[in-house]
Amino acid sequence: MNTAVARAGQEGPLLTVEGLAISHGAVPITTSLSIVVERGETIAIVGESGSGKSLTARAIAGILPPGINAAGAVTLDGMPLMRLAERELRKIRGFRVSMLMQDPFTMLNPLLRSGDHIDEMLRGRPDFASRAARAAEVKRRLAEVGIVDEDVARRMPFQLSGGMCQRVALAAALARDPELLIADEPSTALDVTTQAEIIRLLRRVQRERHMSLILITHNLRLAFSTCERIYVLYAGSLLEVGDGAAVERQPFHPYTLGLLLSEPPADIRVPRLVAIRGSVPRAADVIDRCGFADRCDWAKQICRASKPPLAARDASRFTACVRQDEIQGELDALRTAALSAAPITLRRDETEGPLVRVDALVKTFVGPRGRAIRAVKDVSLRIMPGESVGLVGESGSGKTTLGRCLVGLETPTAGDIRINGLAAADFGAMAKADRARVRQTIQMIFQDPYSTLNPRHSVGQALSEALGASAGATGPATPERIATLLAEVGLSAAYATRRPASLSGGERQRVAIARALAVKPAILVCDEPVSALDVSVQAQVLNLFKRLQAEHGLSYLFITHDLAVVRQIAERIYVLYLGEIVEEGPTERVIGDPKHPYTRRLIESIPRSANQDAP
Amino acid sequence: MKGSSVVVFVMRRFAVAIPLLLIISFGVFALVHIAPGDPVRSLLGARASDPATLAAIRERYHLNDPLLVQYFKWLSQVVQGDLGVSIQGNRAVTSTIADRLPVTVFLSLMSTVLVLGVGIALGAVAAFRRGTRLDRAVVMFGVVGISSPAFVTGIFLLYVFGSLLHWFPIFGPGTGFLDRAWHLTLPALALAISVMAIVVKITRAAMIEELDRDYVTFARARGLSSRRIAFAYVLRNALIPVVTAAGLIVVGIVAGAIYVEVTFSLPGLGALTVDAVQKRDIPTIQGTTLLFSVFVVLVNLAIDVIYTLIDPRIRFGRVES
Repeated sequence: MNTAVARAGQEGPLLTVEGLAISHGAVPITTSLSIVVERGETIAIVGESGSGKSLTARAIAGILPPGINAAGAVTLDGMPLMRLAERELRKIRGFRVSMLMQDPFTMLNPLLRSGDHIDEMLRGRPDFASRAARAAEVKRRLAEVGIVDEDVARRMPFQLSGGMCQRVALAAALARDPELLIADEPSTALDVTTQAEIIRLLRRVQRERHMSLILITHNLRLAFSTCERIYVLYAGSLLEVGDGAAVERQPFHPYTLGLLLSEPPADIRVPRLVAIRGSVPRAADVIDRCGFADRCDWAKQICRASKPPLAARDASRFTACVRQDEIQGELDALRTAALSAAPITLRRDETEGPLVRVDALVKTFVGPRGRAIRAVKDVSLRIMPGESVGLVGESGSGKTTLGRCLVGLETPTAGDIRINGLAAADFGAMAKADRARVRQTIQMIFQDPYSTLNPRHSVGQALSEALGASAGATGPATPERIATLLAEVGLSAAYATRRPASLSGGERQRVAIARALAVKPAILVCDEPVSALDVSVQAQVLNLFKRLQAEHGLSYLFITHDLAVVRQIAERIYVLYLGEIVEEGPTERVIGDPKHPYTRRLIESIPRSANQDAP
Repeated sequence: MKGSSVVVFVMRRFAVAIPLLLIISFGVFALVHIAPGDPVRSLLGARASDPATLAAIRERYHLNDPLLVQYFKWLSQVVQGDLGVSIQGNRAVTSTIADRLPVTVFLSLMSTVLVLGVGIALGAVAAFRRGTRLDRAVVMFGVVGISSPAFVTGIFLLYVFGSLLHWFPIFGPGTGFLDRAWHLTLPALALAISVMAIVVKITRAAMIEELDRDYVTFARARGLSSRRIAFAYVLRNALIPVVTAAGLIVVGIVAGAIYVEVTFSLPGLGALTVDAVQKRDIPTIQGTTLLFSVFVVLVNLAIDVIYTLIDPRIRFGRVES
């Protein structure tokens, strides 16, 4: 595996992490992690939010935030990093270990030109003493990360796109030629097509430099397609470690399997996603038992008796599931069943008129210095009663603006919107009764449920307010009606007394859905409703959307950038690009046989592993 | 490209400042009429009220003209540097102000340098040593300073360093640069302490926020020296809110100079204003008020310009949101 390019002929792995336990005061965040990275190897640390993956990365680089402590040993090429003084560590960071972070827009100093981020890394080296030599090197480094436009070095970070910023940041991180790069969710904050570019770039740079790479991600599919070894981290402990291809073929831990199955497949539509129930616990709450036991279908007494250690199952595979050998057959069977599920086709009565009709919609915003920004240009679409329609596009495509126009949060510049036959382009110009009728027909679900719930109101108050606004509401909402509404979204009546702050992301989104359902709408406009959620929770919420559609004949306009999500929920898709619909049609056809080059690019950017590529 | 956009910005801000200055000047002009009693009497002061003098005053201040005409005539005189004649010594207000100005300018500048220099340094130290005893001591010092008025701090300083220790003079403005600096150290310090807490607090809060930023973490992860991080990353970004507050602080210092000049018996503009108010010397009050107002407007203008120079996001205008 390690070819002759390996540096200076050292032996053994480049990085060894042993018993790394991170804690915040007395509260544990991770328990005794062990990680090995060979020279030139790419590993992934996969975990959902709260798994401790980012702090693990920062502990390795020795830059934990104040108040967070780490115990254990991090050894780089024989050097005990955790015992080195800050001054010694500074000679290692950048030169031997470097890091790339998630948000391209906050990673660069807003007051420095993008080229200066690379320039400052080169200062102090004798061969780059002159300004001209550094400028030439900055140009060369930017070219390495695919930036050939020389003007980029002179621009300020805020003048660059997210993908550009991420490239500049990568060039800065690599400017001192480190042997190990830790990339913490380097593509998550980017658009789908840019994500794929950045990951390809990372892999290319890693191969060319024969550098070791630790990829921190929540996306199992991305990990499989990029990395040789996978570390699955959950609530602060490693649950499964192994060769990427082998783990993908046959996961040994119920959590890994659950994560795999929760991730909606982009290539087929399954009747129901296999969701993991509940949500990720805090590491401190599961310190003395298997962290996954409460969400596991196979949990027994033994799982809760003590924290199961990571144990070897074969040469390169480790699992923390004590029951792995007993349940492996069941795990495999579940996997096969989920994958072989027949695609479902929905038929509907086409005699009714469309529920929502949008004709030649235009929305123009006034930008800085009076420039007109055309967010939506001439968009027409139809949504039939009971139909679930996907609106796919990246940031800047105008998809959110379109959704907001439908629910009257924006007034279109031109064009017509008809909801249930009522003209609803300009909510301000509508008769009061019509406006009330339209609001009871169409409701919106937002990406961030937390910001749409008043933090001072309990769930019950939020719902009773919404119930009060529903058609024919007489008197205050009764606790029974609130309980029914909560049951509708899979929450118990006890949730009525809780406040948004004490709910998990998935629970908040359920409450937001319940609130939208209170007026018994015919259609929900859902703007990226699951993209802020953890994969395992995302599957639950998607299943909820599916169930509600089946039970109530609800229509959806599902606004998303995620083709896999839209595949699971939408019957028909509109692809929006720069404010225009470039392709539309039944989901199966658009994803299976895309006609427009942009749609093709979107589909190509879905990470695929070697296994999936094989026939 | 970059230079011209700054020039355009300054011109635009200047254009906005002009109507503001006009409104202020009108307010100052109206003082004569707002003051209780007959404007002629106000302007007469202690002089004998024989008909010839009254007529001369009416002529001098155009009191027989309609109000707006009076205003424009007055304004054109002001623009030419004629602020009228003080009722006390029959001296031109401009020359009185010119006599008193150097002390106030020296005092305010010295105080501003102290506030910004020491304040930012203390705030930075507190932020880097967050949660330590040093941090708490700095914050406490700031709170004590801001809660005691400049004249109280002034008297305290006078007593300790002037009367008890005899390190600094207790009276007079001094002559020559060094002597003046020595004479004005205690007043400048008293003035500085009263507003320093604002600078310390803002710097500290901004630096703590900056220390948590992704780009600071990323800079550390790339192995940049702690000096480079402290100055080019943390301090430079943290200065943006400090500069915003600096406008208020400079204005606060100049206003505070009035108390301090009286406390330390310094012959500055503040003392002049207080004196003029007591004597109902309206031309002098008009002169000093106008000067202070123009100063406030100009300081704000300067802050806006400095702001665009340190924050390129404003200079270039965000390309997209």
